[in-house]
Amino acid sequence: MTDRYDALIIGAGHNGLVCAAYLAKGGQKVLVLERSEQVGGAAITREFAPGFKVSACAHILHMLQPKIVRELKLKTHGLNLNGPPIETISLAADGNKLTICRYNIEGAEVSDTDKVAYTRFIKRMERHARALAPQLLKTPLRLANAGFGNVIKLAGMGWDIRFGLGKKRMRDFLRIIGMNIHDLLDEVFESEALKGALALDAVLGTAMEPRMPGTVVTYLYRLAGGLKSIPTLPMGGMGSVTVALADAATSFGAEIRTAALVETVLLEGGCAVGVVFAGGEEVRAPTIISNADPKTTFLKLVGARNLEAGLAHRISNLRTSGRAAKLHMALNSLPDFTGLEQDALGNRLVIAPSRKYLEHAFNHSKYGEFSAAPAMEITIPSLADPSLAPAGKHVLSAIVQYAPYDLKGGWDAQKDTFVERVVDVISAYAPDFRDKITTVECLTPVDIEREFGMTGGHWHHGELAIDQMFMMRPTYGTAQYRTPIDGLYLCGAGAHPGGFVMGAAGHNAAQAIIAGDK
Amino acid sequence: MNKYDAIVIGAGHNGLTNAAYLAKSGLNVLIVERNPYIGGATVSRELYEGWTYTNCSYVSSLLRPEIYRDLNLARYGLQVVPFGGGATLTQSGDYLGSYTNHEVKRREFARHSLHDADAYERFSTDVMRYCRFIRPFLLRTPADPTSFKPKDLSELFFLGKNLYELGEEELYEFIRFFTMSVAEFLDQYFESELVKAALSGSGLIGTALGPYSPGTAYVLLHHYMGDIDGNVGAWGFARGGMGSLAKALAGALQEHGGELRTDAPVAQIRVRNGRTKGVVLESGEEIDAPIVVSNLDAKRTFLKIMDQKDLPDEVVERAQNFKIKGSSGKLNIALDGLPEFPQFPVGCPLIKGDLHITENFEQLERAYDDWKNGTWSKWPYVDMMIPTLTDPTMAPPGKHMMSVFVQYCPAKLADGDWTPDKREAFGQTVIDAIATFSPNFKDLILHTEVRTPHEIEAEVGLTAGNIFQGDLSFDQLMFNRPFPGYAQYRGPVKGMYMCGSTTHPGGGVMAAPGANAAREILADLGRENITPEDFGDD
Repeated sequence: MTDRYDALIIGAGHNGLVCAAYLAKGGQKVLVLERSEQVGGAAITREFAPGFKVSACAHILHMLQPKIVRELKLKTHGLNLNGPPIETISLAADGNKLTICRYNIEGAEVSDTDKVAYTRFIKRMERHARALAPQLLKTPLRLANAGFGNVIKLAGMGWDIRFGLGKKRMRDFLRIIGMNIHDLLDEVFESEALKGALALDAVLGTAMEPRMPGTVVTYLYRLAGGLKSIPTLPMGGMGSVTVALADAATSFGAEIRTAALVETVLLEGGCAVGVVFAGGEEVRAPTIISNADPKTTFLKLVGARNLEAGLAHRISNLRTSGRAAKLHMALNSLPDFTGLEQDALGNRLVIAPSRKYLEHAFNHSKYGEFSAAPAMEITIPSLADPSLAPAGKHVLSAIVQYAPYDLKGGWDAQKDTFVERVVDVISAYAPDFRDKITTVECLTPVDIEREFGMTGGHWHHGELAIDQMFMMRPTYGTAQYRTPIDGLYLCGAGAHPGGFVMGAAGHNAAQAIIAGDK
Repeated sequence: MNKYDAIVIGAGHNGLTNAAYLAKSGLNVLIVERNPYIGGATVSRELYEGWTYTNCSYVSSLLRPEIYRDLNLARYGLQVVPFGGGATLTQSGDYLGSYTNHEVKRREFARHSLHDADAYERFSTDVMRYCRFIRPFLLRTPADPTSFKPKDLSELFFLGKNLYELGEEELYEFIRFFTMSVAEFLDQYFESELVKAALSGSGLIGTALGPYSPGTAYVLLHHYMGDIDGNVGAWGFARGGMGSLAKALAGALQEHGGELRTDAPVAQIRVRNGRTKGVVLESGEEIDAPIVVSNLDAKRTFLKIMDQKDLPDEVVERAQNFKIKGSSGKLNIALDGLPEFPQFPVGCPLIKGDLHITENFEQLERAYDDWKNGTWSKWPYVDMMIPTLTDPTMAPPGKHMMSVFVQYCPAKLADGDWTPDKREAFGQTVIDAIATFSPNFKDLILHTEVRTPHEIEAEVGLTAGNIFQGDLSFDQLMFNRPFPGYAQYRGPVKGMYMCGSTTHPGGGVMAAPGANAAREILADLGRENITPEDFGDD
C-alpha cells in the first residue's frame, strides 16, 4: 500500500503552514492537521466581544521574512501589508512622551547628545544584527560527530563574521553579545526614559530583566529578524497572515484538515510512520512534521518512553514558562492619553519608563507573583483597520509583562486583580481609560497554554535565551529540524530561529526536508 | 643606563608572582607598593592586639600548583592546610553538612533527599569534567579570535581541538553551561531547596549577579577549579593567614634578586614617544625602566596612573566602560572564645569548615534585589569561618578569629555615599544574622573590622571593592579580559603590561595572570620562557 501523503504536518500555525506551502510547492503531497476549527494556531484574529476582533497573541508584524512573502506570493493570496508603518512611543505619565523611530528619536526630555548617540547606536547594532541575520534562514550547524562539511561551514561562519564586520566591529560584537542591555545602554545614553524603552525590546516575551546577561543577544535578535521589514499592523489582524499562508499552501496542492486533533505520532521500528487522531483514526506518511512545541511533540505525541533517556531529560528541562499575558479590551471610544494626539494612538505604545521599572516588574515574577506595575506593549489596531470594531468603537490589545505561568495561588483566583492592576497602570497614562472599557479579555500564560496548546503558555514554544538558541534550539541533536526519530521533524517556534511571526522555522524545516529527500 | 629592567606596580599576589618570574629570568626588577605592607588583598594584619586578620581574601585553593612548586613557595613558608567541610545553616534549626569523607557526605545529603545524594555524584562528575577542560587554559594566553597571527591561530586550533574532543554531548552541555544561571544548572540535578541553595553560593561570591542570572554557572566553576595537594575543588587556609602567601612570593622574588619598595605609591606611568620610560612616584621621585607592569585593575591603570594623551581613545573608552561592580563586604571579628552553634551535634567537625547562611534561591535572589536597589542585603548570604580552629597561630590560645564574607553589599548606596554610620549598620545586620544561629556570639565579640566595598577600594585599591578586579561576566572573560584586543597582557603602549586579576583568567588568588604576563614579557624580550604553561598535573 502506498501512502496517500508524502508528509503530514501537525498544527496549522504560521510555521506549519509555511512549511506545508514550501513542501507542496516542491511537489510533495502534504496534509496539514489542525486541532481547532480555524487555521492559524496562535496567529489568528478572533472575536472576543460581539463585533470586536483582535490578534490573539502577537499583534505587530515586524519580522515576517520578506523572502517568504515573495516566494509564497502571499500578497496575491490576500496578505495586506499596507497598514501604516508604526513607530514606538514610550508613554510618560506627565505626557512627556518619547518617540523612537528607526534611526532617530524625538522627545522634549532627550538631550541632543542622546539623539546623535541613538542614530549611531542603532546603526552599530544593525551592523551586528546583519551578521546574525543570515543565520535566521539557515539550518543551524551541528557541531562534532557530523563530518568535515560542518567544520568547513563553521569556519565559513567565522569568516563571514570576521570579514563581514571587520576586526574592530568583530571585537565589539564578541564583547557585547555577552553583556546585559542595562550596562550597554549606560555606555551610550544619558536619558533613563530612552534606556527604559530600548531595554523593553530586549526583554519583551522573555523571562529576563535588563540586568541579566544575554539581553543584548535578545535585542540584536529582534533587530536581525526585522532588518528587512517595517513594523506594521496587519490589516485584518494577525489571522490575515495565516489565512494567506493557508491559501498559498492549498494553491500549491497542500490539503488542510481542521478539527483534527492528533493524539500520538505512530511509531514502527523506531520510525515515525503516521499519526493517530483522538478518535483512533490513523493516517500514514513517511514524513511527520510537528509544528507543536518540543515538549508537546516529544513528551506527549511521541511519549517519553519512546525517547532515549538523555533526550527525554533535556526536553523536560527546557525552560518553557511564559511570563507575558495578553489583554484585549473593547472600548466604546478612544481613550485620551496624556500628551498624545489622537492620530498618534495608532503607533506602538510602550510602558517602560525606566530600566528600574522593568527590573521591579520582573522581580515579582521571580517569586511567582505578577508585577505590581507591569510593563506593556499596547496597540489600538482598530484605528488603522476599522473592520476590527463596530463603527466608532475601538479595540486595545496589550502584551503585559510580567505574568508568570506558575503564579503562586493560581490564576483563577487572581486574574481579576491582575486585570485591575493593568487598567490602573494604563489609567495613569490615560485618565479616562477605565470609563471607555466595555469588555475585557485576559489571556494569561495558562490560558494561552490551554487555548493554543503551547506548553507553559510561552509564545516562543520555549524561552529564547542564548542557551536555547541556534544549534541548541530546542536542544542539541534536534536543532537541525530532524529528530533522532527517523521520519519525524520539527517546524515550529521551538526550533531555530524561534517564534515571532517570522515563518523562518517553517521555511528552514521545509528546506531541510527537501534537501534530505534528494 | 637604567638601574632596573622592569618595574611592577602593586605588590599584590599577581604583581609579586610576575616580578618573581622576571627576576628569576635574570632581569633587574623593582616592585613598588603604595601601602606600608605588601600583599594587596592577600594580606594578614594585626588590627587588634594578638589577633591576625586575613583582611580580604581568606581562603586558598585556586593558587596554581605549578607556581607553588616553581617558585618554591613552601621554602618561603607557605603552607596551605585544607579545612574540613562546612555547613549551610537554616533558620528552621536544620543544616546541610558538607563532609570531606565521601560516604559521610553522601549520608548527609541523603538525610535531605535520597535523590539528591545520587544526583550529587553526577553533579560532581560533570563539574570536575568541566574543570579538567578549563584548567589548561588558566596558564595559557588567550587567543585573539580576530587575529591571523600563527600564534593566535594555533591557540584557537588548540581550543577547537579540545572542544571537539569532548564529543557532541559534552560539547553542547559545556557551551550551555557557560550561558546558564546557577539556579538552572542546579535545578537539572537536585530537588532539595537547601541542597541547591548551599551549592549555589560559589556561583555568587564576588559577583554582582543573583542565582537566577545567566552566567553564574560559570562563576561556580571558577570557584571549583582549584585544588589542594591534588584534591580538586578543595579549599584551605594559608597558615598564618593569606599574608603568608604574599610573604612567600616576596621571599622568592628577593631570593632571585628582585627589589621591593613599600610606601611608594605611583602617580604616573611615564610614556615618551609611544614607549614606557618608567614611573613617577607620588613623592615626585622618578624611576626609570623600559618595562612597566601594572598589577592594578584596568580602570585604575588606564584612568588614574596613565595620561589619557598617551593612550588610544578606544582604550580610554573601554576602561571607562569596564564593568567592575562591588558586591561583597567582609567582617573580621576577634572572639573571646568559640561561638556555639547549637544546631550542630556536640563535637561536630563541621564548625571547622565554611559556614553559610541561606536556605533557598528565593532568599539569595532577594538578597540580590537589595543590592540592585542600592542597599546591602537585609538577610545576607554569609560565608563565615573560624580559621583559628585549624590554624591556632592567628589568635591567642583559647581565643578565636572569625572571617565573614558577605554578599551582597553595594559600592554605592541608593541614599548616597558610605558613611561610618552606614558601615556600622551594615556590620550590625551581619552580626545580627549570625547571632540568630549562635546565641553567645555577640557576647564574645572583642573587636570587629567591617569592610564595605568602600573600605576595600580605599585600602586595597580595588575599584568599587571588586574582588576579581573586574566582573567575571562573559563579556570580560578570556579574549575579552580586560578588553578585546588587549587580552594578551600587553598594554596599548610599548613596554607596558598588565598582570592583575583584571586580565585572564581573573581573580581568586590564582597567581595565573602574574605568571602569564611574565611569559609574554619574556617572549617580547626574546628570553627563554621559564613560566609554567598548560597544566601539568592531569
